Amino acid sequence: MNAPLKKITFGQAFHMAMDEAMAADERVILLGEDIADGQGGGVYKTTLGLSAKYGDARVRSTPIAEQAIVGAAIGAALVGYRPVAEIMLMNFITVAMDQIVNHAAKLRFMSGGQTSVPITIRTISGAGRGFGGQHSDMLEAWFAHVPGLKIATASNPADAKGLLLSCIEDDNPCIFIENTPTYRTSGPPPEPGYRVPLGKAAVQREGRDISVIGYGRPIADALAVAGKLAEEGISVEVVDLRTIAPFDAETVLNSVAKTGRAVIVHEAVKEFGVGAEISSRIHEELFRDLKAPVARVGSRYAPVPFSPVLEKDWLYSQADIEAAIRKTLG
Amino acid sequence: MTETNVDKDLLLDIYRRAWLIHQADAKFRAMITTGQLQILYYSPRGQEVVAAAMMAALRPDDYLVTIYRGIHDQLAKGIPLKELWAEFAGKATGTCKGKGGPMHITHPETGVMVTTGIVGSGMPIANGLGLASQLNGDGRVTVCCFGDGASNIGAFHEALNMASVWKLPVIFLCQNNLYGEHTPYAMSTGAERIADRSISYGMKGVRVNGNDAAAMHAVAREAVARARAGEGPTLIEAMTFRFNGHLLGDDSHYIPKAEMEAAKAADPVPALRRTLLETQVSEATLAALEAEITAQVAEAAQFALDSPYPDLRENRIDVLDVEMLDNREIAA
Ligand SMILES: Cc1ncc(C[n+]2csc(CCOP(=O)(O)OP(=O)(O)O)c2C)c(N)n1
Ligand SMILES: [Mg+2]
Repeated sequence: MNAPLKKITFGQAFHMAMDEAMAADERVILLGEDIADGQGGGVYKTTLGLSAKYGDARVRSTPIAEQAIVGAAIGAALVGYRPVAEIMLMNFITVAMDQIVNHAAKLRFMSGGQTSVPITIRTISGAGRGFGGQHSDMLEAWFAHVPGLKIATASNPADAKGLLLSCIEDDNPCIFIENTPTYRTSGPPPEPGYRVPLGKAAVQREGRDISVIGYGRPIADALAVAGKLAEEGISVEVVDLRTIAPFDAETVLNSVAKTGRAVIVHEAVKEFGVGAEISSRIHEELFRDLKAPVARVGSRYAPVPFSPVLEKDWLYSQADIEAAIRKTLG
Repeated sequence: MTETNVDKDLLLDIYRRAWLIHQADAKFRAMITTGQLQILYYSPRGQEVVAAAMMAALRPDDYLVTIYRGIHDQLAKGIPLKELWAEFAGKATGTCKGKGGPMHITHPETGVMVTTGIVGSGMPIANGLGLASQLNGDGRVTVCCFGDGASNIGAFHEALNMASVWKLPVIFLCQNNLYGEHTPYAMSTGAERIADRSISYGMKGVRVNGNDAAAMHAVAREAVARARAGEGPTLIEAMTFRFNGHLLGDDSHYIPKAEMEAAKAADPVPALRRTLLETQVSEATLAALEAEITAQVAEAAQFALDSPYPDLRENRIDVLDVEMLDNREIAA
C-alpha cells in the first residue's frame, strides 16, 4: 500500500474522487474530450490512469461535440448511469446550454418525477493565467438562475474531493466548477470517506465583526485578509458556500445575524452575479439586524482581458476584499 | 435487398396503431376547436403510418425520444391513451402529473423517455440511451424521431457523428414532411436528400416512402436488426406530409394547393385500409377494430375532462429530489 499523501493538489483531489466513485459504483462513467489515457488523460491530466484501471468503455474520449457529450450523459443518466462529463473549459459549456438548461435541469420536473438526470458536469475556469476572453469566464450565475441544477465549487483540496464525490452520488444534475489558476495548489488531504454534503456551507473562520461570504478561490483570499485584519483586532468570519445553488441560506443568515455586517465576494463579474441574490436575501430577512448595507466584491464589468496588467486590474483582489470590509465596518 | 413482403397480421397491427393515431388526432382537434382543450397542438395527421410501421418493429422495452409533434410516435409505441390525454389537459392523472404538457410527454414504462420542444435536441440524448444499452448489453434499441428542419441544427451533426463513431444502437428517424414551420424543404436544406447526410458520418442512410406501410416497416426492421446486432446506427428519411399545417390553426397558405391535394389524395391511412381489404382482411374485422379504438379514444377524452387538476404543491416537487421551500413564504 502507498503511504498516505501529506498534501494533495486540487487536481489530485478531483482524480481521487472520480477514482473512488468509479471503484464504488459501476454506473459511474466518464465522458469528455481527450480524457482517456491514450489521449493523455485530459488537458489537465485529471483523469490520467482511470481508463487503464476501468477500461475505455467507462472512460470515453469523445468527439469535440459539447452538445453530444452532455446529451449522451443525460440519456445514460435517464436509465440508471451516473455519468461525469468533462467540459474542458467553462466557456465551452455555452454551446451545450440547451442540453443543460432545457433538458438536464427540467426532465425530472417535466416528467412528473418519472425520470431524473444524475449527471455531474465537471468544468474548469478562472482568470489570471492570460487565457483571454474565451477561456476564463466564471458563469455560475447563469446556472444558479435555472431551477433544477446544483452548482458547487470547493475552496480547498479536501473539500474538492468530498464535494465532487457528493455531486457524483447526488440524484440531481450537478455542475462542478474547478479553478484553473489554483489547479496545482495543495492542501491537507481529507480523511477516507470524507464527503461535503451538498447544500451545506462551512464557516472556515469564526469571527464577530463582519461576515465575508464567498466560494471557491476567493475564500483563500478572504482568509488571508481575515488573518491580516485580526492583527488590528478586527474579527472576520468567513463563510464558504461550497454549494452555490441552492445555497445554504441558514448558515449565511445565522452568520450575518451574529455579525450584523456582510461582504460577498466572487471571481465572476459583480453585476448580476450570485452576490446580488445573496445580498438581497440578507436584506429581505435581516434588514433590522444590519449595521451597514451589504457590500459586494467581484471582477470588473468587462470581458476578461489578455494583457497581464489589464487582467490583474480586471480580477477581484485581496485589496478589494479588505477595502469592502473596512467600508462596511464604517 | 430490402424485404417488402409484410404479412397480413403485421399490416393489421400497423393499421391498428395508425387508426388509433388518426382517431386520437381527430378528437384532439375537435376538443381544441370547441374550446375543451387550450393547448398548442402539432397535428401528426398524414404521418400516422411512418410511426405505426416503425414502432411495430420494436420491442416494448425499446426507447423512444420524440418531439412536440409526437403523439403518433408515442401512441404507436404504446403509451396509455388515458394518461396521455390527461397530460394534454394538464391533469393530475396525466403521464407527468400535468407538469410536462403536450410538448413534454414521458412514460418510461412504455419506453417513451423524452419528448422535447427544442428542435434537434433529442438526438444527443438518444445517444446516451443507446450508450446505456450498449454498456448493459441488453439489446435495446433507441428510436429518435425528428423533422426535416431538425437536420439543419448543429446537434444533429454532433449526435450522428458520435453515434457512428461509437456504433450506438440508435435509429435516427427523420420524418420528412417537406416543411419546417412555413418554410419549404428546398429553402432550408442544402442536401437533396437528408438520407445522404449519413454518408458524411460513415453511417447507413436510407430514404423510404414512409406512407407505404410495407416499405417503411421493412426499412425499420432492417435498422432495428442492425442496431441490435451491434452494427451501429441508421438514418432513416421517411418521406411523408402533414395535412394540418405546422400548428393547429395555421391555414397552410404557404403550401401550394396542388401539393396539398396530391398529398391528401395519397392519404396513408385509407390507403393502408384498402391494402388490408385486398389481403383478405374483412370489412367487418376492420370496422370492429375501428369502432373499438374510437370508443377508447372517447373514453380517454372523458377521463381527462373528469380528472382533477394537480395540487399546487407540485410546483415545489420534482424540481430537485427534495421538496423546495415556498419562496413566497420566505420573502413574506
Ligand atoms: C431550437 C428551436 N428553434 C426553433 C423552434 C421553433 N420551431 C418549432 S417547430 C419548428 C419547425 C421544425 O420543423 P421540422 O424539423 O421539419 O419538424 P416538423 O414540425 O415539420 O415536424 C420550429 C422552427 C424550436 N422549437 N426550437
Ligand atoms: Mg418538417
